[in-house]
Amino acid sequence: MIGDTFGWLTDAAHWRSTNFDTGIWDQLLAHVGFSAIALVVALLVGLPLGLWIGHTGRATWLVTVVNAVRALPTVGVLVLLVVVIAPNFYGRTNAGYLIPTEIVLVLLAVPPILSNAYAGVQNVPPAVRDAAFGMGMTGRQVLARVELPNALPLIFSGFRSATLQVIATATIASYVTLGGLGRFIYDGLAQQDYPQMISGGLLVAALALSVDLLLALVQRYTVSRGLTGRLPRAGRVRREGADSRSAVLTEELASQGAR
Amino acid sequence: MSTAAAYAVPDLAAHVVQAASSSPGAFFSYFLDNRARTLDWLWAHTWLSVVPVLVGLLLALPLGWLARRYSFVYPPMMSITGVLYTVPSIALFVLIPPLVGLDPLSPLQVPIALSLYSTALLVRVVADGLAAVPQDTIAAATAIGFRPVNRFFKVELPIAVPVITAGLRVAIVANVSIVAVAGTIGMTNLGLLFDEGFKLSTDTPYYPPIVLGIVLCVLLALVLDALVVALDRSLTPWRRAVRR
Repeated sequence: MIGDTFGWLTDAAHWRSTNFDTGIWDQLLAHVGFSAIALVVALLVGLPLGLWIGHTGRATWLVTVVNAVRALPTVGVLVLLVVVIAPNFYGRTNAGYLIPTEIVLVLLAVPPILSNAYAGVQNVPPAVRDAAFGMGMTGRQVLARVELPNALPLIFSGFRSATLQVIATATIASYVTLGGLGRFIYDGLAQQDYPQMISGGLLVAALALSVDLLLALVQRYTVSRGLTGRLPRAGRVRREGADSRSAVLTEELASQGAR
Repeated sequence: MSTAAAYAVPDLAAHVVQAASSSPGAFFSYFLDNRARTLDWLWAHTWLSVVPVLVGLLLALPLGWLARRYSFVYPPMMSITGVLYTVPSIALFVLIPPLVGLDPLSPLQVPIALSLYSTALLVRVVADGLAAVPQDTIAAATAIGFRPVNRFFKVELPIAVPVITAGLRVAIVANVSIVAVAGTIGMTNLGLLFDEGFKLSTDTPYYPPIVLGIVLCVLLALVLDALVVALDRSLTPWRRAVRR
């Protein structure tokens, strides 16, 4: 089975598209494409809203509401929306499947982004915030120059979690006949072509892992060194490992959703 | 079985019947019509959501203890569990059989995959929960004569309970949703309701099985979550005492 899978993956014909089949490269592009759309929309909605709620302390009920969305079974919501929306589109377009999928992906991506942005701002030590106000910063300056940079580690963990959920759910979108790498899993299943199915699984896992690695790298170079403790030897501060770790854990835990 | 197929009546009548029964509110009568089968799926779903978390907890306790006890174990263990948790569920489902040597569609792949997820999540929770136990408390326990093994089970673990149950809640609610994903590759659970609804909706939308599936999944998640909260309460009576 492992040899067959290797054979399937290394067959150049499976990578290029033909008139009859969409190849791996094109499905990968499609997968990344509709994941990216959903993430950009979710970021535009969730990040400003989360920062605003954290900064002003207003409308905190929104965080609770948004978190409750996580109890919904993703597949069920996806199928429901497809069934509701798809019949309104006719002809040679996949909008009927694309639109409900994007709605579900955005629904999934907003909660971790919003609640982590909120928690990140909330977790900024009050003394730091007071010092910033004391220096004469306006509310907007405090948010942009103090709260946002301090909240960045949690914002990143929320965004990474959102990204993984979107990539995972975009795979399931193939079940409702949309393209993407999940195509190989569901086609392989339907045709009892198990090497194809397992290759699909490998490709999806590889995509998720490499995107997460990329985001980890971005995080490493954007988060202030004052927070990560990655300082030159002379300026190194001793970090209280355990306690600061578990304070962040509860927030991070809440952002782990269903994959 | 299904309402749509059961009416072998002339075209117009069939259309009217289906239009009437396909309103989203009709999920309850759909449930009554397919009670035995739906309850079987609900039971399978419950089993698949709970048992992997218990297995995960049993594995995570010693692993988390190791990561806490020997600090050089912590970083690599967190990397491994992090990578594991990064793999999307549907991919993990299809990758488990060739790795473990099962049939490509063995029903065992779902509990194995879910146990791996739960373990990955809980190892970190256990390690960090144990790390949050105050040093003074451990020193005090040692001073009044607790031996390491006893101290772990009677002092450190109970104090870490709130953190661990927080992790259990996340793991169990996530599992309810992930199990439904396994329905799309034909595994027996509530996910089959979505599969059925999707297939019955080829021509005209037929909502009842889909709505029923969502309702049951949410209810199951809420009930299991409440059970973990109750467990947390009963294991940490001192927190209530302090609040009063």
